[in-house]
Amino acid sequence: MLRSYMEWLIKFRWIAILITLVVIGALASGGRFLSFTSDYQVFFGETNPQLAAFNDLQDTYSKNDNVLIMLEPADGKVFNQDTLQAVVSLTEMAWQTPYSSRVDSLSNFQYTYAEEDDLIVEDLIEDAANLDQPALDKLQEIALAQPLLVNRLLSPSAHVTGINITFELPNLDAANEAIEVVTFLDGALEQIKQDHPDIRAYKTGVVVMNKAFPEASFKDMSTLIPAAFGIILLGFLIFTRSVWGTLGSLIVMIMSIMAAMGTAGWMGIVLTPPSASAPTLILTLAVADCVHFLVTFFQGLRSGSDKYTAIKESVRVNFNPIFLTSLTTAIGFLSMNFSDSPPFHDLGTITAIGVIYAFFLSIFFLPALMAVLPVKMATRSGSAKSSMDGLANFVIKYNKPLLISIGILIVGLVALIPKNELNDVFVNYFDKSIQFRADTDHISENLTGMYFVDYSLDGKDPSGINQPDYIAQLEMFEKWLQQQPEVKHVNALSETYRRLNKNMHADDSSYYRIPEEQELAAQYLLMYEMSLPFGLDLNNQINVDKSASRLTATLETLSSKQVFNFESRVQNWMTDNTPDLITEGSSPTIMFSHIAKRNIISMLTGTTLALILISGILMVSLRSVKFGILSLVPNLVPAGMAFGAWALFVGQVGLAVSVVAAMTLGIVVDDTIHFLSKYLRARRERGMNTEDAIRYAFNTVGVALFITTVILTAGFMIIAQSTFLVNANMGLLTAITICIALFVDFLFLPPLLMLVDRDKSEDIDTSAELVPG
Amino acid sequence: MKQLTKLSITLLTAGTLGLYVPAATAQTDEEKGLAIAVEADQRDQGFVDSTANMKMILRNRSGKESIRNVRVKTLEVTGDGDKSLSIFDEPADVKGTASLTWSHSQKPDEQWLYLPALKRVKRISSKNKSGPFMGSEFAFEDIGSQEIDKYTYKYLRDEALDGTDTFVLERFPTDKNSGYTKQIAWIEKERYIAHKVEYYDRKGALLKTLSASGFEQFLDKHWRPTQMDMLNHQSGKSTTLMFENYAFKTGLSDKDFAKNALKKLR
Repeated sequence: MLRSYMEWLIKFRWIAILITLVVIGALASGGRFLSFTSDYQVFFGETNPQLAAFNDLQDTYSKNDNVLIMLEPADGKVFNQDTLQAVVSLTEMAWQTPYSSRVDSLSNFQYTYAEEDDLIVEDLIEDAANLDQPALDKLQEIALAQPLLVNRLLSPSAHVTGINITFELPNLDAANEAIEVVTFLDGALEQIKQDHPDIRAYKTGVVVMNKAFPEASFKDMSTLIPAAFGIILLGFLIFTRSVWGTLGSLIVMIMSIMAAMGTAGWMGIVLTPPSASAPTLILTLAVADCVHFLVTFFQGLRSGSDKYTAIKESVRVNFNPIFLTSLTTAIGFLSMNFSDSPPFHDLGTITAIGVIYAFFLSIFFLPALMAVLPVKMATRSGSAKSSMDGLANFVIKYNKPLLISIGILIVGLVALIPKNELNDVFVNYFDKSIQFRADTDHISENLTGMYFVDYSLDGKDPSGINQPDYIAQLEMFEKWLQQQPEVKHVNALSETYRRLNKNMHADDSSYYRIPEEQELAAQYLLMYEMSLPFGLDLNNQINVDKSASRLTATLETLSSKQVFNFESRVQNWMTDNTPDLITEGSSPTIMFSHIAKRNIISMLTGTTLALILISGILMVSLRSVKFGILSLVPNLVPAGMAFGAWALFVGQVGLAVSVVAAMTLGIVVDDTIHFLSKYLRARRERGMNTEDAIRYAFNTVGVALFITTVILTAGFMIIAQSTFLVNANMGLLTAITICIALFVDFLFLPPLLMLVDRDKSEDIDTSAELVPG
Repeated sequence: MKQLTKLSITLLTAGTLGLYVPAATAQTDEEKGLAIAVEADQRDQGFVDSTANMKMILRNRSGKESIRNVRVKTLEVTGDGDKSLSIFDEPADVKGTASLTWSHSQKPDEQWLYLPALKRVKRISSKNKSGPFMGSEFAFEDIGSQEIDKYTYKYLRDEALDGTDTFVLERFPTDKNSGYTKQIAWIEKERYIAHKVEYYDRKGALLKTLSASGFEQFLDKHWRPTQMDMLNHQSGKSTTLMFENYAFKTGLSDKDFAKNALKKLR
């Protein structure tokens, strides 16, 4: 079967190459449908409860996708003509931003005051060019007395000011809306910079974060992929010393990536930073297939076989192992579809597809290509065979001490796993080379936080928000929140009531308190609503039947652990003090804080299923239940040890790390397959004893395992350089896991075999060899 | 005091909302647009005064509804904008609250609000009439008195709207505090009534669409809609206004639309 396939392939090598080019070209042409997402919500599955709660809240009030621009005058004075003129003109320009629904700034802040029986509602700043110093001082005094402004749009020392733009993004073209918005605002800020060279602008907010996703993806793809190609090809060239082999592998890698990404395009997948790392993964994994084929092929050439014979022999020997390792790797990646976070579904699916394509290419296209290329190798006697003998003998000699010491190391590291803390800081997903991160940090230090939590506080009945009890509890909650250390600002309706009550009593400050009757509250609000201009209404704070209002707490940048701590403090306080209003907070901050935990739980199922499938495949291919079970040790221990080591050196796990176990399972199992199949072949076919079979396994696959581990580690260490922390951590932890896997396969598995498989060869079925190699 | 704006809840004129149109001769599109608006205005002159009950149904994006009830009275003022009075009956906590608006064609509108809980008449001093009326998708400027001078006009084309022949006009607010850059109105050719109006926000994007329906004729002359639906395309929220008990020439006078009359309303 395999033999006639090889005959055909050699005979019709040109046709095989042609077929490949046509098929891969067709698949790759789907790449034109690919785009990068710019919507943070893609990280949350449709059934994510925190997402559902937040969308529900946004449906009740208004959406709060935003951009916050901070203006920082060089002289540290917001209240001078130049800065205020910049605020006024930027406010005007901001209204022109695509999809904007509201603009809040110092200048259009609706300043209310009384003048006899008039309620004056007007923009705080109108004619900035004609303000003299006393007027500027007066404005500063007024502004710094506004709780709605300070720590939100104005720093307490009035050295920076903010302009907040709220959007109703239609989400019809997730890839481009955020880009449209940010591009427009960058243009506006460029204008401000020209007119006011002493003012620096910074921007943050959900929409800016959205735009940072494609930015990070693109940056990764344009720097990491070339780096991965460069390093891997160089390594390949050094190891194989064949230009033609390196060229062939390069073509296989490029075609695997193009076909997989094209297939993703045909499937309608929208790329996210995690799935944008798929090309680097595919590249790394495809190398391994090529290495196995070419190493055997070159060995054949060196030992004097003619080219076609060497090709046929290499395919015969490698077909099953490459098939098996590709299958298990694909299963590992496909199990990422159990993740709670859709970008990881895509990453897993695209990579699995790429691995499958790489399999076909390396046993179909690569042999045909080698058959037409003028590959030559000098024949060489002897081999590198002895190179692994030293290590094999060492392991055999010290098997007991190794078994015990590594056993202790394993137990010790695995015991450390619980020391890992679930701790994500989603702003820090982006490294400081991404503008969003740098600006957000700066704004957070000077003006206000990017994090917020919304509370929809239910007054039970229509008009319930006007009831004195409700307003009193709302005010208590507002004031308590203001005292919490992580809270930078609280926006609650209670402040509006206090202010209006004062305005309605001729600005008598003794009336700066909540109204005592429902009718008063209701009528104040009615009058106030009648006075507000377009886009600055209260509909973002009050629901249609006035039965509930939204309170927004702005927080400093927090880790998920700190968010959990804040949440539970809020819940406890509300239970004790405002039981009528009790509700869960909701926001992207809350969503991102829960995502890692949800993902780990969902991935447990995926990882378990992958483990069962892969172990089953191993049992069948090794034809042994016993070795299938034994293989669990080298398959599972590396991830366990890596997580333990992570606890020791890093200690914080997040979204990234939740998918690593499943992903690495499919990769590290390859080492186990190669090592155990050689070992069993020696035992069964050649009747060797345990020690000799171990030496045989070391000598036949030791070097190849070492090379593939080095290549894989290099590939994942490149991913570890990602600007997106989720990818960087995933890459680093995977690289650690892969290195540990080799360590376990070389130093722990053999002693383990000597323990459980000590010269009982009669137990072993010696009749067949399933995995040749 | 350059306080401008005032909400004129001239729901009546809201009916007119639009313009009534004259068959125009060879002229520029701007002249033709203005002529249509003038004709529409003239066709509704002479109603003297009117009253009606208005029910507002507010809906948010998820379809949750809330209802408000308002009585509206309008006094026709020749040579200037109309005067109007809105008395709030529901929700209960604003019952008895009343707003009085004197709209003007040349100078800013004036507006007062009587707050029964405070037992005082307050003048609203705000340039803004572009915010939502009682939390609805209607702004004051959508339902206020539609004086000719508040817009400039441009005729666009003739169009059949659901089988009705209409003129399609653009109109551009002259007040810089308007929430809109322009509106597009579909004016029925036969009766000169507006069936549909599109509102474009400050960045020129379509914000809302108003559809008026159930027109009834009063005094053999004045056409009024019984239902107006406003859909906000950006927020997904909508508001329906339903009108009942239209009455004309009910004997209202300037006295009823005076500031000190507000306290005595029932």
